[in-house]
Amino acid sequence: MKRYIVHRLLQGVVLLCLVGTIVFFLGRLTGNPVDLMLPEDATPEDRVSMIKALGLDGPLYRQFFIFVGNALHGDLGMSIRMRQPATEAFFSRLPNTLAIIPWSILLAMGVGIPLGVIAALNRGNVLDRAAGTVAVLGVATPGFFLGILLIFVFSVELGWLPSGRMGGPEHYVLPVITLGAFLVAGFMRLVRSSMLEVMESEFVKLARIKGLSEWVVIWKHCLRNALIPVLTLWGVFVGNLITGAIITETVFAWPGVGRLTYEAVIFRDFPLLQAIIILKSILILSINLLVDILYAYVDPRIRLT
Amino acid sequence: MTELDSEPVLEVRDLHTHFFLRRGVVKAVDGVSFSLHKGEVLGLVGESGCGKSMTALSVMRLLPKGSARTVQGRVLLHGEDILTRSPREMREIRGSQISMILQDPQTSLNPVFTVGEQLREAIFHRTHGRNKDVMREAIEALRRVDIAAPEQRIGQFPHQMSGGMKQRVVGAIVMSGQPGVLIADEPTTALDVTIQLQYLKLLQRLQRETGMAILFITHDFGVVARMCDRVAVMYAGRIVECGTVEQVFENPSHPYTRALIASVPKMTGPIERLYTIEGQPPSLMDLPVGCRFAPRCPHAEQRCHDIYPPAFAVETGHDAHCWMLEAE
Repeated sequence: MKRYIVHRLLQGVVLLCLVGTIVFFLGRLTGNPVDLMLPEDATPEDRVSMIKALGLDGPLYRQFFIFVGNALHGDLGMSIRMRQPATEAFFSRLPNTLAIIPWSILLAMGVGIPLGVIAALNRGNVLDRAAGTVAVLGVATPGFFLGILLIFVFSVELGWLPSGRMGGPEHYVLPVITLGAFLVAGFMRLVRSSMLEVMESEFVKLARIKGLSEWVVIWKHCLRNALIPVLTLWGVFVGNLITGAIITETVFAWPGVGRLTYEAVIFRDFPLLQAIIILKSILILSINLLVDILYAYVDPRIRLT
Repeated sequence: MTELDSEPVLEVRDLHTHFFLRRGVVKAVDGVSFSLHKGEVLGLVGESGCGKSMTALSVMRLLPKGSARTVQGRVLLHGEDILTRSPREMREIRGSQISMILQDPQTSLNPVFTVGEQLREAIFHRTHGRNKDVMREAIEALRRVDIAAPEQRIGQFPHQMSGGMKQRVVGAIVMSGQPGVLIADEPTTALDVTIQLQYLKLLQRLQRETGMAILFITHDFGVVARMCDRVAVMYAGRIVECGTVEQVFENPSHPYTRALIASVPKMTGPIERLYTIEGQPPSLMDLPVGCRFAPRCPHAEQRCHDIYPPAFAVETGHDAHCWMLEAE
């Protein structure tokens, strides 16, 4: 177990180096922040001094080595636009994103898992197809479209819910639905297929031989086994949520890291963008590791080596 | 030994179970009748795919959902037809009056629950007793099936046990309700040869202690000789011969039974080429109208192909479905 964790951590470090390198060069391909920051009538001298002040002068490789050197010391640079350390900017926004992600997962599981079970129990008939339609719609509807649609219906037309910004519980409803919608489909399809497989098992037959009620057979004996593959995909799902948050938070003007990512890209705020991507990667890697460790507890047959 | 004159605890009459597939109807069980008496072990023998397991699942009413259906017949448990019972009543019957051991112990226990939980569940379902009493009963049930240190084993998961031990746990679970009838569907087929005998002895001891009746499904005549009082030979969805083990072994009267016994390797005498039955069993989707064995039978006459033979008595308690017996 210890060896496994150390091994995974080392893998994570290698991955982070790659991520950092890619985001550094990819970001710089998009252009120059100075063009966006200076007024149109700025003199060439202003430009040069600005570039120098931002540390964007000198050859690219030298900039890269400075970035790596600082990053190794835990310094991911200052945000160009916000004039505060990029790490600080990230962590000040993170709680706002973490405030919606758990609800989205809960919503996705609360709807997706029962839908999957119902679809499996009614394989091939109307209920199965209805659940399948919900799943396809969930996957096929992009977040920006669903978000705007929800705002149009519930904020503009009906006036029931606020259209954006953080606030009381009513502010959470639409962003949480938008973010969770495509995961509903993921959970549903996964649970359906693994339920169908598990329901054929001999131990299900034995549970019935014992005289247990159908409810216990399905929701205890079958579902517990069917959820094992779902758990493996949890890490992937959380990754999806963190990227999905970029669109959702932008649509709903939600001050989380998703919106911060969007802003960093738009303003070519390189240090901030690098910091966000690296910190998000660390977040996703730790969640994946956590899920794998959890996996060993849920499925007693698994021993991590 | 047996009390043949007593009322049967389980009586199956003219049972038909068919699979309704897109390609056609598969007649897996096509007119099976037998009776099982208190304290008796009845062997049900036949080759793979002849309908033995489907007969068992029809009796338990645990046929695979969707395609399989029992279309005709009666299953009388203590004189009452359980085919007409509601699913709820059937759940009360399963486990407490009739129970079943499955073939493969590797897959018949749920991998994510401890064996204690799987036992507890079965016991609690019937008694609704206090947790402490239920756990004590669970430990007792494990001890009855010869599991050493049951107090420790109860907290273990199935994958931490050997195949033989798992099959004993399955035995403990299905017999925890003291059912009067136990169906054992090839319970030793998946076990090591060395473990097989041990398991059979255990079953025999439990059977003697509780006086339950066992329907023992197997394809192994050696197991039949060791375990059973009577034996029914099944071929292509029907029972072709039935009698006590001595009667059937000493005087096999259906050509299929004779061929089966002849194809068991002998441990004594000169070494000869092992006897094999010519041909293939018929497709259960397209059964012949007459005797199902006629196409492979060395003694077949025209009427064998035309009319299915009724049961002819060979001696008391021993009969077979073969036209050759009519003359006698």
